[in-house]
Amino acid sequence: MKPPRQPLFVAPRIYRSRRLRDAARILPVLGGFLVLVPILWDPAGDGARSTARDGIYLFVLWGALILAARLLAPRLGEDPPAPGQTED
Amino acid sequence: MPFNLLILACLAYVAFLFAVAFLADRRAEAGTLPWLRSPMVYTLSLSVYCTAWTFYGAVGYAARSGLEFLTIYLGPTLVFVGWWVILRKLVRIAKAQRITSIADLISSRYGKSSLLGVVVTAICVTGATPYIALQLQSVALSFSVFASDTPDGWHLPDRDTTALWVAAGLALFTVLFGTRNLDANEQHHGVVMAIAVEAAVKLVALVAVGVFVVWIVADGPADIVTRIDNSPIAGWQMVPGRWAGLIFLSAAAILTLPRMFQVLVVENADERHLTTASWAFPLYLAAMSLFVVPIAVVGLDILPEGSNPDLFVLTLPLALDQGGLAMLAFLGGFSSATSMVIVAAIALATMVSNHVVMPLILAFGERKGKEPGDLRRVVLLARRLSIAGVMALGYGYYTLTGGSGALAATGLIAFVGVAQILPAMLGAMFWRGATRTGALLGLCAGYGLWLYTLYLPSFGQGGVIPVQVFVEGPWGIGWLRPEALFGIDGMDPLLHAMFWSLAMNTLLFGLGSLLTFPSPMERLQGARFVQAFDQSGPASSWARGQAEAEDLLVMAQRIMGEDVALAYFQTHARVQGKDGYLPDITPDFMNDLERRLSGSIGAAAAHAMIAQIAGGAAVSVEDLMAVANETAQMMEYSARLEAQQDELTRTARQLREANEKLTQLSVQKDAFLSQISHELRTPMTSIRAFSEIMMDDDVPPDLNARYARIIHDEAIRLTRLLDDLLDLSVLESGTVQLSLRSASLHDMLDRALHAAGSTRPERAFTIQRDPQSEQITVTSDIDRLTQVFINVISNSRKYCDAGAPVLRIAVRRKGAQIRVDFIDNGSGIAKGSQALIFEKFARLTDSAQAGGAGLGLAICREIMQNLDGDISYVPGQGGAAFRVAFPMVLVLPENRRT
Repeated sequence: MKPPRQPLFVAPRIYRSRRLRDAARILPVLGGFLVLVPILWDPAGDGARSTARDGIYLFVLWGALILAARLLAPRLGEDPPAPGQTED
Repeated sequence: MPFNLLILACLAYVAFLFAVAFLADRRAEAGTLPWLRSPMVYTLSLSVYCTAWTFYGAVGYAARSGLEFLTIYLGPTLVFVGWWVILRKLVRIAKAQRITSIADLISSRYGKSSLLGVVVTAICVTGATPYIALQLQSVALSFSVFASDTPDGWHLPDRDTTALWVAAGLALFTVLFGTRNLDANEQHHGVVMAIAVEAAVKLVALVAVGVFVVWIVADGPADIVTRIDNSPIAGWQMVPGRWAGLIFLSAAAILTLPRMFQVLVVENADERHLTTASWAFPLYLAAMSLFVVPIAVVGLDILPEGSNPDLFVLTLPLALDQGGLAMLAFLGGFSSATSMVIVAAIALATMVSNHVVMPLILAFGERKGKEPGDLRRVVLLARRLSIAGVMALGYGYYTLTGGSGALAATGLIAFVGVAQILPAMLGAMFWRGATRTGALLGLCAGYGLWLYTLYLPSFGQGGVIPVQVFVEGPWGIGWLRPEALFGIDGMDPLLHAMFWSLAMNTLLFGLGSLLTFPSPMERLQGARFVQAFDQSGPASSWARGQAEAEDLLVMAQRIMGEDVALAYFQTHARVQGKDGYLPDITPDFMNDLERRLSGSIGAAAAHAMIAQIAGGAAVSVEDLMAVANETAQMMEYSARLEAQQDELTRTARQLREANEKLTQLSVQKDAFLSQISHELRTPMTSIRAFSEIMMDDDVPPDLNARYARIIHDEAIRLTRLLDDLLDLSVLESGTVQLSLRSASLHDMLDRALHAAGSTRPERAFTIQRDPQSEQITVTSDIDRLTQVFINVISNSRKYCDAGAPVLRIAVRRKGAQIRVDFIDNGSGIAKGSQALIFEKFARLTDSAQAGGAGLGLAICREIMQNLDGDISYVPGQGGAAFRVAFPMVLVLPENRRT
């Protein structure tokens, strides 16, 4: 028996919630990238780095990540999966 | 700050914690738990990640290496911010499978393997021991900071004794609140509450010192920035390898540290709490990290040269006469150390009792051949002893290493150790192809390499591994040097160890999994784990087996406690619609029972115990396959039944046909009998009649003679008829005795003509013969064959109605067959009667006239059949034509020869 076909066009609500979940998955990757970016500014061995500047950058990034998580978390929810679909 | 005041404050705080734990447990039992387990409590409990190493060591780390300390907190931040990917699935799986520890997770996933449970437990215990020692050291150090101030007051006992007291006290707390009972979910509500309180105290303490430093000592954030720029740590070196590596490492650690698994997964009361923790915990970490650099900078500024930066959090307030703040900081540090030890002890004790002690008990009990008595008490005792043991190990490690600076790196060493579990864990959650063998290989390789390259070298060169090995490698093999494997020199030792151990771990895990075939249990568990979000899982596992409900109840009572077990069984019985305490042993029930028990004693042990009772150690999934086999057998059986049915139908049809034939034969027999009686009666009537007449006295002698002659003729006729009948019956039954002899066909025909001449002698027949063709020697039953000829010729004489009757005899030979045709020139036999004439009693004309019973041709046919020949009527010959065909040489079967 063929599995039921997934609908091609879903309701905007479902589409939005799926994109929000995608955002939730991308966020740590983005965060990881941004955390590693300081390596590129002053490659090791090339003079000292400014503690203050780096510190401020990292804490601002930290705050942004927390905020993003705060905004995303309640909206992720648990849509009941449509028949024939698994949770994505 | 009087020292004894500090002691009092400490004791009061400890008492407070005991009270909190006790109350929370009470509330949990009473069922009014919900408000106690809010998302905030959950998030705070996660802060066991921040130990004394954070509280004290972060400042020291910052003072020495700049911002690198942030990596320890950035990793977990990324993991939590990305909770949807990993944490959510982890918690879901653990809830569904009732996982009690990280060793349980690995063991359960890979086929409920006890061996894997032991390996993971070993890794965790090895890694946690120095970590616990570090906490004890921190507490002792913090005591000593205060003690050094007091000239009088209580003498500080030496540090080791302090540490001992602390260890003992922690053991007591943990045993009291961590092993009250075997909760089905392995949740320790009292402990979690106490941990949450300590987390709050930690945060408040550090933030208070931070606020003090930033706004009171300095002049606000701007001033702090200036101070940073003017401090010795204005510039710092970022080692890219370490930066990235440590972030990865801390991310791995937050998932695999036993204490983190305990609070994050096992103690999780509601999956939705993760939603809050996903941002609240990183916020906590950020808050804890925010003031580290300011404290470090100000401390370096104010405090005398050479003071230990690790203790700035304490010494700074003290130096500035902030006694209260210093005490708060002390309590914060104390909280951070003790919360880590408590949770770690519980986690480790659970693992040791479930994966080391329980299997031993089961194995032992099996060999002894009797049930282990009161399992619950045994398990609890094992837990308590494990807690004491873990504390003892930590204390021992602390005294052995003497609290040297080497301990500072211990945290990272422990991280690398537990990170070895990561490949197996991620594979367990996301890869169905991960097998037990792969996990085992990976874990052992990672563990071994970690021991060799990082753990043992941490005791110093010459501590455990001889100096020789460091310089030249074991047995002089240069590329196996502990800190320069494969000749790759110059790597930071931590990174070197992390790289090699995780690389080999992952490689062997992947290869091992790809190359081996998992057992049915592994595949079942693999599907359950990886597809944790699918609503429908694979079919349930326990086959009916031979379990008795009562046996299961006894075992359950031993683990869950009498009342709980009875209530549980009763609920199930009611659900099944039964009265009383014993439900039917359905697969569903056994599944549920196993899950329930695994919450207390671990999945592997629960599985093994039910297997013991359900009859044999056979894995239930194999029972499933046996059931599948049964189905195949049933299908085969029903196919056979169908075939039999077909056969039966056929047989019935054959029987019907035979029945019809028999009925026909019966009818024929009846007809035959009636005809015979008729034939016999006719002559008998004549005989009787005439003999009656002859009995009269006055019968003239010539009439008498005539009557006597008639009687004589009739008697002969009767005799002849009876002879024919007898002959016919013998011929038909096939028991006729044939005597073989050879004779000339010509002679036979002569004889036949002569004998038949007595039939209707008055008619003059012209015989046409071809003597040439009659010169054939026939080997057969000559008399019978001649009898046939006589019969045919007689018939011809009787019934040929031509005016000048001619009988032609034609002999033809075809191979081994001889054909003799008797053709007359009469009117022949009508087409409709051509088959009829060979039947018994079949006469085409009036019987009296013919003078026979109508058996002649029937007898001929029987004779010919017995002689392997045939007699038939040949139409279209211009008259009646009979063909007698027979083999020239008759070969009789053995049983027919005379």
